[in-house]
Amino acid sequence: MHGSRYTPNSGIERWLDRRLPIIRFAQEHLSSYPTPRNLNIWYVFGGILTFCLGVQIITGIVLAMHYTPDSRLAFDSVESIMRDVNSGWLLRYVHANGASMFFLAVYIHMFRGLYYGSYKEPREIIWILGVVLYILMMATAFLGYTLPWGQMSFWGATVITNFFSAFDSLIPGFGTAIVTWLWGGFGVDNATLHRFFSLHYLLPFVIAAVVGLHIWALHVPGNNNPLGIDVKGPQDTLPFHPYYTVKDLFYLSCFMIVFAYFVFFSPNTLGHSINYAPANPLQTPEDIVPEWYFLPFYAILRSIPDKLMGVLALFGSLIVLVLVPWLDTSRVRSCRFRPLYKQFFWILLVDCVILGYCGSKPVDAMLLSTPVPLVWIARIGTAYYFLHFLIVMPIAGLIETPKPIPDSIAKSVLATTPAE
Amino acid sequence: MISMKRTLLAALVFGALAVPALAQNKVPAPSTEAFEPKNPGWSFNGPFGMYDRGALQRGFQVYKEVCSACHSLSRIAFRNLADKGGPEFTVKEVAALAGAYKVPAEPNEQGKTTDDMGQPLTRPAVASDYFPPPFANEKAARAAMNGAYPPDLSLIVKSREEHEDYVYSILTGFGQKPPANEKMARGMNYNPYFPRHQIAMPPPLSEGAVMYSDGTKATIDQQARDVVTFLTWAGEPKMEERKQMGFKVMLFLIGFATLLFFTYRKVWHAEH
Repeated sequence: MHGSRYTPNSGIERWLDRRLPIIRFAQEHLSSYPTPRNLNIWYVFGGILTFCLGVQIITGIVLAMHYTPDSRLAFDSVESIMRDVNSGWLLRYVHANGASMFFLAVYIHMFRGLYYGSYKEPREIIWILGVVLYILMMATAFLGYTLPWGQMSFWGATVITNFFSAFDSLIPGFGTAIVTWLWGGFGVDNATLHRFFSLHYLLPFVIAAVVGLHIWALHVPGNNNPLGIDVKGPQDTLPFHPYYTVKDLFYLSCFMIVFAYFVFFSPNTLGHSINYAPANPLQTPEDIVPEWYFLPFYAILRSIPDKLMGVLALFGSLIVLVLVPWLDTSRVRSCRFRPLYKQFFWILLVDCVILGYCGSKPVDAMLLSTPVPLVWIARIGTAYYFLHFLIVMPIAGLIETPKPIPDSIAKSVLATTPAE
Repeated sequence: MISMKRTLLAALVFGALAVPALAQNKVPAPSTEAFEPKNPGWSFNGPFGMYDRGALQRGFQVYKEVCSACHSLSRIAFRNLADKGGPEFTVKEVAALAGAYKVPAEPNEQGKTTDDMGQPLTRPAVASDYFPPPFANEKAARAAMNGAYPPDLSLIVKSREEHEDYVYSILTGFGQKPPANEKMARGMNYNPYFPRHQIAMPPPLSEGAVMYSDGTKATIDQQARDVVTFLTWAGEPKMEERKQMGFKVMLFLIGFATLLFFTYRKVWHAEH
């Protein structure tokens, strides 16, 4: 990591290197950056996420050239993008499905981090910045979803902003004051749309900046790896280029096939049909449902009968992630060597899927064709979510006997390959 | 083995927690939930599906001669009828078709948009004009329609769950007797595919209501299939372009990924 291998070869490079060592920087961080040689497929999603951010920013900038953030014109301008702008349908479908792909990748990336203990010492700040990025992504996605000003845009905006009115039960009038301030008026209206557009354009650049910090923080200790053990020397690593550039590119192209399938053959599957009806403040849709990537949180919110407590649980479910590096008491990073905690990891994953299912159904729905109210399942799911982080994680680390840990990455890798 | 036991234990705990929930079961009220929509099979479904050109042209005829009496189609211009991937009428046909419609005229030499009787001036439509709506606005529509507002049809297929199946089922779902426990409101029609089963729209299609020039028999089912195909296109006019581009993109990506796979294997060959 330290001690650069870069030597400027030409006069121009030497001149530049003394003033702005940008080539040296790129060489150190994109090319010779020592990367553990045993990273598996789950480690390609960081690169994929960077790609997703780039796609969203580029398509978003072009869409903004054709979009009008006015409550009377927004819906029509989106339809004109779909019908009259050259390749406008492509831009919009890439951007809309790109959001879903972004979340798909971030969820895999986050669960990867949880499984291999990538949040543990000395990588706490990488993880916390990751949680910040995730929350910024959620905010950006929510703001973006309101922009087409369809029925679900409008009512989604109404529901989410009204989270803050829950604080009325603490200090009467306080929550309403926040909501009025957020809306820029006494209802979700033109002023709301204008500011949401402005913020939706701003936040991706904030995300890009935090991604910079996230990667900076990563490049200080270097990557964690599936064994969760430290790099002991150069025999444990490979230079990022060409080994990981080619690996990331290969898996990125596979990811793009999935992405392209949605864009070209199923572009509206992940959205809600009712959002193709223009916003109507006088008519509430049958069910107000967020996009799929928010469903587990929606289930947590609805599983608690008290509005304020529901909102706090929702916020708490994100805040608790920040504490993960300190809630995990185990000395061992990777779940490969944690027979007990590994099972709870999978239970958490299933729990999130179950919560997502509960969030997708009407609040009074029953479990499949049984007479069990689904909200009970959501309550158990919510309870487990918090239990997992606040109780299971600290206790599992204390009572568990980890499996023996390999001495080094190189030994472990070479053990599975015939000698050369 | 131990891990299996633990997993089973976890499942049991979950089960035990779910039991109190069972005690509270509620009997659902007699349902007026909409029926599952019918799927008659569509040419445009699936990754290879394209619009049936004949159905698009016939469907346009149904819209023009039947639906347009009450429903607008505000996002479709006459020129779109000649677009590739749409009904693909010729430019001449579109010009003739547009010319039969009157649209509000631009201000005349005196800067007036009304004649000496105060009536709005009109001119024949041209290809770039949009379909004129049947009513001046929502209030006028409701006044004429027993308080109901016939929705614009440009996005009707896309904006409803179950899409084309839903619209087809509504169009062909009339004519059944409402069950005794479902009391119809005044002026409403029974249609079990509609939420709550009561729809303000009277049965719009009837046998032979249109005369198809290609000799197709204009049954209600045929008209419904045709107009739904047309309305699906009206909502998603770039579908054929999208899928055609999709094939090329997919072919490229699969080829690109294959090449990258071999590059990846070659680069890593010595290391693993």
